[in-house]
Amino acid sequence: MTETELHEPSARPGAAPPAEEVAGPAPVFVIRPAARWPHLDISELWHYRELLGTFVWRDVVVRYKQTFLGVAWALLVPVFTAVIYVVIFGRFAKFPSGNLPYPILVFSGLLPMQYFTSALTGSSTSLIQNINLVTKVYFPRVLLPLSAAMVPIVDFVLGLSVLLVMMFWYETWPNGLALLLAPAFIGLAFVTALGIGFFLSAVNVRYRDVPYVIPVFMSVLPFVSGVPYAVAEIPEHWQWILSLNPMTSVISGWRWAVLGANAPVPGQVAVGVAVAVVLFLGGLAFFRSSEPRFADTI
Amino acid sequence: MPAAIVAEGLSKRYRIGELQASYGTLRESITRGVKHLAGREHYHHRQEIWALDDVSFAVDEGEVLGVIGRNGAGKSTLLRVLTRITSPTRGRAEIRGRVGSLLEVGTGFHPELTGRENIYLNGSILGMKRREIRGRLDEIVEFSGIETFLDTPVKRYSSGMYVRLAFSVAAHLEPQILLVDEVLAVGDAEFQRRCLGRMEDFSLSGRTVLFVSHNMQAITQLCDRAILLEGGRVALDGPSQRVVARYLQEHAGTGSERSWPELADAPGDAQVRLRSVRVVDEDGDVVESADIRQPVGIELAFSVLTEGPPIVPKVKLVDEQGQVAFNAIDTDARWHEPTAPGDYTATAWIPGNLLSEGLTLVDVAIVELGTVRFHHHAGVAEAVSFHVQDPGEGDSARGLFLGQWKGVVRPLLSWDTERD
Repeated sequence: MTETELHEPSARPGAAPPAEEVAGPAPVFVIRPAARWPHLDISELWHYRELLGTFVWRDVVVRYKQTFLGVAWALLVPVFTAVIYVVIFGRFAKFPSGNLPYPILVFSGLLPMQYFTSALTGSSTSLIQNINLVTKVYFPRVLLPLSAAMVPIVDFVLGLSVLLVMMFWYETWPNGLALLLAPAFIGLAFVTALGIGFFLSAVNVRYRDVPYVIPVFMSVLPFVSGVPYAVAEIPEHWQWILSLNPMTSVISGWRWAVLGANAPVPGQVAVGVAVAVVLFLGGLAFFRSSEPRFADTI
Repeated sequence: MPAAIVAEGLSKRYRIGELQASYGTLRESITRGVKHLAGREHYHHRQEIWALDDVSFAVDEGEVLGVIGRNGAGKSTLLRVLTRITSPTRGRAEIRGRVGSLLEVGTGFHPELTGRENIYLNGSILGMKRREIRGRLDEIVEFSGIETFLDTPVKRYSSGMYVRLAFSVAAHLEPQILLVDEVLAVGDAEFQRRCLGRMEDFSLSGRTVLFVSHNMQAITQLCDRAILLEGGRVALDGPSQRVVARYLQEHAGTGSERSWPELADAPGDAQVRLRSVRVVDEDGDVVESADIRQPVGIELAFSVLTEGPPIVPKVKLVDEQGQVAFNAIDTDARWHEPTAPGDYTATAWIPGNLLSEGLTLVDVAIVELGTVRFHHHAGVAEAVSFHVQDPGEGDSARGLFLGQWKGVVRPLLSWDTERD
């Protein structure tokens, strides 16, 4: 700002306000005790959309700075994991792979799984990772888990290139128009991870046990989500039990849409979606109701 | 003029437990819960304190309000409530206008990111739009003076460079209302001077500022009005010089006036007793705060009971650090003779442009003077105190300089400069 701009208002009292204030009346913030069940203020989130972008940008940039292999890690991690799965579960244990070659079955399952793991872990620890922001400046706290769940999408998209190469190699092709539903299944993973992330990040503000608990569940999750096998190949009552886990629908749906695997049972997907919606709404409500105390307890 | 900030009965309760152990583990909570169920332990963490207790005030548009108080008086909590970082337990506040808050410089700076990247990150966190940041990038960089290191990660910066960059982002915020906390406490004298200058520019441009600080000099220079918080309550709300003076006096345990109505209890001996000591202005009114440019009087009232050896009233002025500014006695010839019994009032006039800014403590005494030694008949250390403040209008010894200006005394000298 220049000196003239600075002193103008005082030099001409009562003069027209500066241009940026003409747009509307001055915003009025009312500060009052927190409501017991605060609603989600969508218009406020819209107002802060640039900050959401900034958080995502920051985490993506920081992630690859000062790593020797940088972006290559986004490819190497799922590839290494897939090789281990293929050797142990494909060669030795001979898990059922349905109508897909086993390596591509595993890799196509690992991609959304690793996205989910990163999104869930990132959003669960997002508040304490940004403790200096939470205690020093206001913004809707929802932005932190939200951006943390968006960041690993970059890794996921990079990983798709490997999947594409494998698709050429094994000559497996998408199931026509079903491909259009592929993003919806990733969206289901996003919603589920974010819902649990909302809940765990709020718990983590108070109890720092969360980061120790998550890996335990994450090491089991691939096996109850159908990563090393085709869900359609296991006994049906087990399929229904596994469908309570939204990631089962994510992985079987994703394989169906992108690789032309056997279609998931619609009823099972519906169960998965319902669970995800409940997790999301419950997590969000818990997050919002504990939000007023974050800065005091963190 | 409409009020920019109105606070009505703001209160904030903390549980002591929340303050002491900022986080616990699940195990602690569970064991506590189990013990509680078993009736073995009471919820002693349920102790509560009110960090803010029914705080009400209003700040007009364009006004600069200072908030002072001891540590734990509720200043930071007030700021955290007004900036919506935490919500009040009771009461409400209304803020009209775009709010910018600065609770520290460099909020959210990431060490791995470069200077340029951190400008965007920090600016965005402080509420600037990316477009605004881009528009002001050159100014921000120039103001910070780190052009050469703009694309170096800030983890390689010296702490001085880091603070300069962080501050210059903050300085280019343009909210209508600015809430600032102790930002001036960091950095060197030069940096603090720039902060103050920027804040003054900001207030001159007619914007509203709420400024929390321990720097009393900054408060009196920048703020028209101040509130003093004590134990979460507003103890005093008024012109900043008065509020600052009161705060410093309370801290020092002295006021501007002291009297001893009962002769028997008054300090002194069989010959002379002090009756009262007052700090007065030229109109004879008691003042807590004196403009550095104006004379201020120390008025001693005393009773001489018997005619004894010659006595003389004396004052000693001491600054906040305990350094003696000077001693002074009345050198009038009348004091060479014994003083007749009766009541006397003597006023020592301290000229303007002599004392330094800050709190001045006054020791008073009635003494008997020999050539090399003297004898106290009546003496009171730190009898009164007053606050010297410099509005910084350019006609005092510091001119227009707003930074730290050392010295026990601060005379306004006359200078002669000739061109050879």
